[in-house]
Amino acid sequence: MKNFPLLAGACALFALALPLHATETKSIQIQKFAFAPREITVAPGTTVAWTNRDETPHTISAPDQHFVSKAMDTDDQVEYTFTTEGDFTYFCTLHPFMTGIVHVRK
Amino acid sequence: MTDQNDLPTSFDPARRKTLSCLAGWTGAAVVWSVVGGVPSAIAAGGSGGNSAAARAFTFAQISDTHIGFHKEANPDIVGGFRRAAADINALALRPALVVHTGDVTHLSKPEEFGQAKELLQEIRVDRVHTVPGEHDALDDGLAGYLKNFDHDGRKQPWYSFDQGGVHFIGLSNVLNFKLGTMTSLGDEQIAWLKNDLARVSHSTPVVVLAHIPLWTVYAQWGWGTADADQALALLRPYGSVTVLNGHIHQVLQKVEGNIALHTAMSLAYPLPTPGQEGIGEPGPVKVPAGDLGKLLGTRQLTVVRGKHELALVDTPIDHA
Repeated sequence: MKNFPLLAGACALFALALPLHATETKSIQIQKFAFAPREITVAPGTTVAWTNRDETPHTISAPDQHFVSKAMDTDDQVEYTFTTEGDFTYFCTLHPFMTGIVHVRK
Repeated sequence: MTDQNDLPTSFDPARRKTLSCLAGWTGAAVVWSVVGGVPSAIAAGGSGGNSAAARAFTFAQISDTHIGFHKEANPDIVGGFRRAAADINALALRPALVVHTGDVTHLSKPEEFGQAKELLQEIRVDRVHTVPGEHDALDDGLAGYLKNFDHDGRKQPWYSFDQGGVHFIGLSNVLNFKLGTMTSLGDEQIAWLKNDLARVSHSTPVVVLAHIPLWTVYAQWGWGTADADQALALLRPYGSVTVLNGHIHQVLQKVEGNIALHTAMSLAYPLPTPGQEGIGEPGPVKVPAGDLGKLLGTRQLTVVRGKHELALVDTPIDHA
């Protein structure tokens, strides 16, 4: 009984580790109130990592805001894994003139 | 000398010279008064002892304190705040209240709200009224803000109250950011405003507080409110309307009929002038340490009974 949660934990870790090995991470810098690069193309399963280099907080949000990241302070990072093909526009909810797009293609 | 373009809004060297001159002036209590829609300097060095001043209702505005910010553009936010508090506490004509036009905190953290509340208590006034800035609405919307600054117990960031014969309205325009556009007040709030104003006579002076300017200062940086016109239309029948905004960390003004709109200095760090050449983004501007105190400051506003105009004094925290 005592070992069960541990085992379950180990399985969960293993399951998590599999897609991590299969994916790639792409970095986007947030600098001077802009996403750099503003537009990228990645394969499905790619994790995109945004890092805020400004002194002002920023967020990453879907246009309809079904996904809104926490506010990133200077040097904070937010990740999102894109699993399906498509064109994903995003913006900063604090500065809506800041927009970017992730193209996900096989 | 009364050209409004000479107000402290710029960082280029030529303007800075004007600014230091103005800093001396404002320290000596030049009163900016809006008469017939044109701001002008009407008095200097007054001790507030004349009869008009004695009958006046006066209050102070502070803005964009960004408690929790501790970066290069201003490593000593708290020190600057305390100098501003001392300036307000030393005013010859004691302000009835202080209004804070948003961005009380930098990152909406509970400890930042807590520290802000403690610091605000160092200003010796009966009441401090706030409106939220977008920095007060991070991560969990306005929950953290309202836990600390729910002014009338309605759990809404918009509210009104009457004091000194003035109808004060606090609005929130920091929750409705949509991709590629400016922020908005939203239909619910505008309906509330219409209801609220229905019981206010057109001869009552109205002061409106909102963080982001209620006029389009610079759309490219989101410095405006998309549905502000709907709110201003409701205010247009009033004889004296003063809109006080923050967000852009500099003094700008616009007059539309009986409506005078003013943005204020920050107490945290300067921002560039709209679209300032060579900067390109509305982030904190780093200035030499000796210049910072000239670009941060407080405002005193005075309603003189029997007069339509409100008198404004903007005072940098560095003054003679």
